[in-house]
Amino acid sequence: MDTSISINKLSKTYGKTAVLKEVDLQVAGGEIFGLIGPSGSGKTTLVKMIVGIDSPSGGMVEVLGKQVPNLSLLQDIGYMAQSDALYPELTGRENLRFFASLYKMNQAVLKERLAYAADLVQLTDELGKKVAAYSGGMKRRLSLAIALVHDPQILILDEPTVGIDPELRLSIWNELMLLKRQQGKTIIVTTHVMDEAEKCDRIAMVREGGILATGTPDELKAAYGAVDLEGVFLQAGRGAQ
Amino acid sequence: MRILALIKRIMLQLLRDKRTMALLFFAPLIVLTLMYFFFNGDNENPRLGVVGGTELLTVALENASIDVVPYSEADSQTVVEDGLDGLLEVNDGGFQVTLENNDPGTSRALLMQVTQAAAMQGGAGVSASIEAEYIYGDAETEFFDVLGPILVGFFVFFFVFLISGIGLLKERVSGTLERLLATPIRRWEIVFAYLIGFGIFAIIQTIIVVFYSIRVLEMVMVGQVWHVIVINLMLALVALSLGILLSTFASSEFQMVQFIPIVVVPQIFFAGIIPLEGMADWLQNISRIMPLYYAADALKAIMYRGEGLADVSSNLLALATFAAVFIFLNIIALKRYRKL
Repeated sequence: MDTSISINKLSKTYGKTAVLKEVDLQVAGGEIFGLIGPSGSGKTTLVKMIVGIDSPSGGMVEVLGKQVPNLSLLQDIGYMAQSDALYPELTGRENLRFFASLYKMNQAVLKERLAYAADLVQLTDELGKKVAAYSGGMKRRLSLAIALVHDPQILILDEPTVGIDPELRLSIWNELMLLKRQQGKTIIVTTHVMDEAEKCDRIAMVREGGILATGTPDELKAAYGAVDLEGVFLQAGRGAQ
Repeated sequence: MRILALIKRIMLQLLRDKRTMALLFFAPLIVLTLMYFFFNGDNENPRLGVVGGTELLTVALENASIDVVPYSEADSQTVVEDGLDGLLEVNDGGFQVTLENNDPGTSRALLMQVTQAAAMQGGAGVSASIEAEYIYGDAETEFFDVLGPILVGFFVFFFVFLISGIGLLKERVSGTLERLLATPIRRWEIVFAYLIGFGIFAIIQTIIVVFYSIRVLEMVMVGQVWHVIVINLMLALVALSLGILLSTFASSEFQMVQFIPIVVVPQIFFAGIIPLEGMADWLQNISRIMPLYYAADALKAIMYRGEGLADVSSNLLALATFAAVFIFLNIIALKRYRKL
């Protein structure tokens, strides 16, 4: 598969604090790539720079062969932020439709995509309610629906399953797998839940603004002689110190 | 169209927020009405003691809305004891006035009226009726009429500034602004959608405030109504663009409110409620950077002196410049999120 996302010596400093330290990363097209790490490790900063809504202090990001930031590229990226960026005064449908209408889509396709995205996150029956009345999990699901409503080639999901019950989490993951298999979508997911990391094709372990290790879950377990990813993470962390 | 979708969303959000709608449309009317009653209270007639006046003089004074209390003998003690506002003593054709002067404003008015009445009286046989000519306004002109145009401008400025500023601030704080910038929308599209979305409400507010002031509160209105609306709309545009610009420097609604004493309140002092002519040069220079100064000047010219838009074109140009600069800075300020 072609390289979908290519990150080169990417750094970010806020004042004197280095949030990202010369990160290099390649994500292939059509894979589910997990960014695993504790909160504050720089995962969110990294994904924001892939989207282009935060500017790097050094290095650069290329997505689909184009340098970020690039407006036309945003048509191909679906982004789900860590905090639900929704308008509470509006209904779920109004939120979904608003974000969808910011992308190039004709009315027929838009209608179809709205129905598809709502159905995917099982919110079809709740779309008429105001978002202010939504539960945390419902907001998360609506955010996910918004991220994929315009049928982007690349999905960047920042902690997508926080606050979602296990059953729905499973169905969302199954859907992500399906999107990858059937439509060849590239999906980047950040998480600090290790069992979700197991479902990724490849993962990068992020800690203190750097990448400790990259590989498939099995490769990493073998390389560090650990039975699970938690063990890998601890081993890799010790090795780095 | 992305910009249309954004405008639609902004308007829908605002329409759902009933409290804010009430603040925008009714609060200015309530405050203006209150001001109207404060400044238009019917003054009690001043009471003037008169010693040795003629019948004609008494009639002249009473025509000037003065309650005349005749005395055969009185002094300053009488004024205090009988609660008079002043005492007029006539002897050998000379006038001697004693004023209580508890309220300088009343005293000055009384002295003027007495002087006029006495002057009439001086020329024997002259009609006792007092006729006065007024350059602006008429015999009914009150302080509120002069203040009114400034207040109309001020309320339009204040409420539009506050509501647009907090509107964009909410979008920053909730993360939706960042989320918006993860779509192919352009920065200028966001700024203009805000200007148009809130601008439509500002237009409605301006029309309501202007018509209420003129029709219900009977504010003096010599010029054209649509000229007044044009100026207020320019002012609203300045308030809008300044509000969303300053929201960049606020991290919460509370911090946005903190801009009111710094940005909004000083403007009212420079808007002409207190005459600027007598102020120190440096103070007069400060007024040049106050958008409300230009708007109030233009509003007074049209509503009170009956001038037209052509006469206030320099004020309009100043307002347009403010708006253009603020809009440009807004587009730049969004670079903080996304370079493109």
